[in-house]
Amino acid sequence: MADPLLVIENLHKRFDDLEVLKGVDLTVDAGDVVSIIGSSGSGKTTMLRCVNLLEEFHEGRIVIDGEEIGYTQKGGKRHMLPNSVIARHRALTGMAFQTFNLFPHLTALKNVTLGLIKVRKMKKDEAAEIAQRWLDRVGLLDRQDHHPGQLSGGQQQRVAIARAIAMNPKLMLFDEVTSALDPELVNEVLSVIKDLANDGMTMLIVTHEMQFAFDVSSEVIFMNQGKIGEQGPPSELFNNPKTTRLTEFIQNSSF
Amino acid sequence: MDFSLFLNEAWIARGAIWDGFQMTVAISALAIILGTVLGVVVGLALVYGWAPVRLFVRIYVDFVRGTPVFVLVLASFYILSIIGIQLSAFQAGVLAITVFCSTHVGEMIRGALAAIHRGQIEAAKAIGLTFRQTFQSVLMPQALRQILPTWVNAATEMVKASTLLSVIGVAELLLSTQQIISRNFLSLEFYFMAGFIYFVIDFSIERFGRYVERKVAYS
Repeated sequence: MADPLLVIENLHKRFDDLEVLKGVDLTVDAGDVVSIIGSSGSGKTTMLRCVNLLEEFHEGRIVIDGEEIGYTQKGGKRHMLPNSVIARHRALTGMAFQTFNLFPHLTALKNVTLGLIKVRKMKKDEAAEIAQRWLDRVGLLDRQDHHPGQLSGGQQQRVAIARAIAMNPKLMLFDEVTSALDPELVNEVLSVIKDLANDGMTMLIVTHEMQFAFDVSSEVIFMNQGKIGEQGPPSELFNNPKTTRLTEFIQNSSF
Repeated sequence: MDFSLFLNEAWIARGAIWDGFQMTVAISALAIILGTVLGVVVGLALVYGWAPVRLFVRIYVDFVRGTPVFVLVLASFYILSIIGIQLSAFQAGVLAITVFCSTHVGEMIRGALAAIHRGQIEAAKAIGLTFRQTFQSVLMPQALRQILPTWVNAATEMVKASTLLSVIGVAELLLSTQQIISRNFLSLEFYFMAGFIYFVIDFSIERFGRYVERKVAYS
């Protein structure tokens, strides 16, 4: 069997005295769709941000496609890698944020081409072609010349997903991508993600949408107080929770 | 008021008025351009500078902003020559207004960069942009748009501040006007005319600013 695409080993993260991640171990194979659920403050978003190196972490290692990211061991000491290497490591993964974070001064098309031109060093035409293909895929080709301010929340999030995925990352990270949306806009975003999942894209999804997690995931992870509380295929996890914490969490979540 | 007399005198003095106008435009344009460039550097130092640099620049900004421009003009003309830096009145005046302008632009840049949402930097990092690329393609374009209205306002202030150079003998529009008045004593008419010319300069800057604002607006 092939090596796993993502390996997280003994991940620890503190914010000053508050330990948010207390030793997380996780393995994700290529093509897996892993949803991470759990209450606020359980560390799910922080874990995702560590994988994208938006957060520093204090112990443990993260390996993407065989390459340890962010840090290196030298003479028994842990060092952060130089910024240029970190930037390259970040480009291994794509990230979609809760608040979209599109660049407001750029059109939808240019939001997507920016990374292709600056990071992937593509020519403008080539970048535009790829960007248009992805904007078409998320159903927004006709909005390519609109600025983010002229798009609805759902449309902005779809552009943001296109921006991340056009970079051809090995792994897509979704951080509560529907939490900031009006209820009627949630589905258009979720269906885009489902569509990409069906394509075989490897994904790590932090979400509060339980039905969606149930439908789309090959594996669900329940985070509890900085650790993985339970883990398994969605049918098992949702139908036969083993811990009382997860039982409570599922009962209190709306399906 | 004898209008034909004024027109006659204005015609006689047209060369001096034109020279003064050109001098005012030259001083203002130089000070605004140099002051903006220096101001961007000041703003960057305030936000991203190494702590000692930041402290030094902060002192510079607070000191200059707490000093009347008039004092800056006199200082750069008289004090610099005492310590051996010989500048012409024109150079000293442009230097003073440039320094003044740079502190204002610096504060604007600092504020604009601070106002950009953290998520913008994170999104740029997430697609693998380096800091330099993030700065060039994401932060600076947004910051410059943000400061545009205040910058236009500051630019008009610099034009007005250029009148202070008359005191150190730079024949800009105000000094030229005063010289003309000392010959023909038509103070009301010629001061009014000078005021009107300043208004036209500042109004043009403002209209131009609005035009650029509309051009670069993104929604």
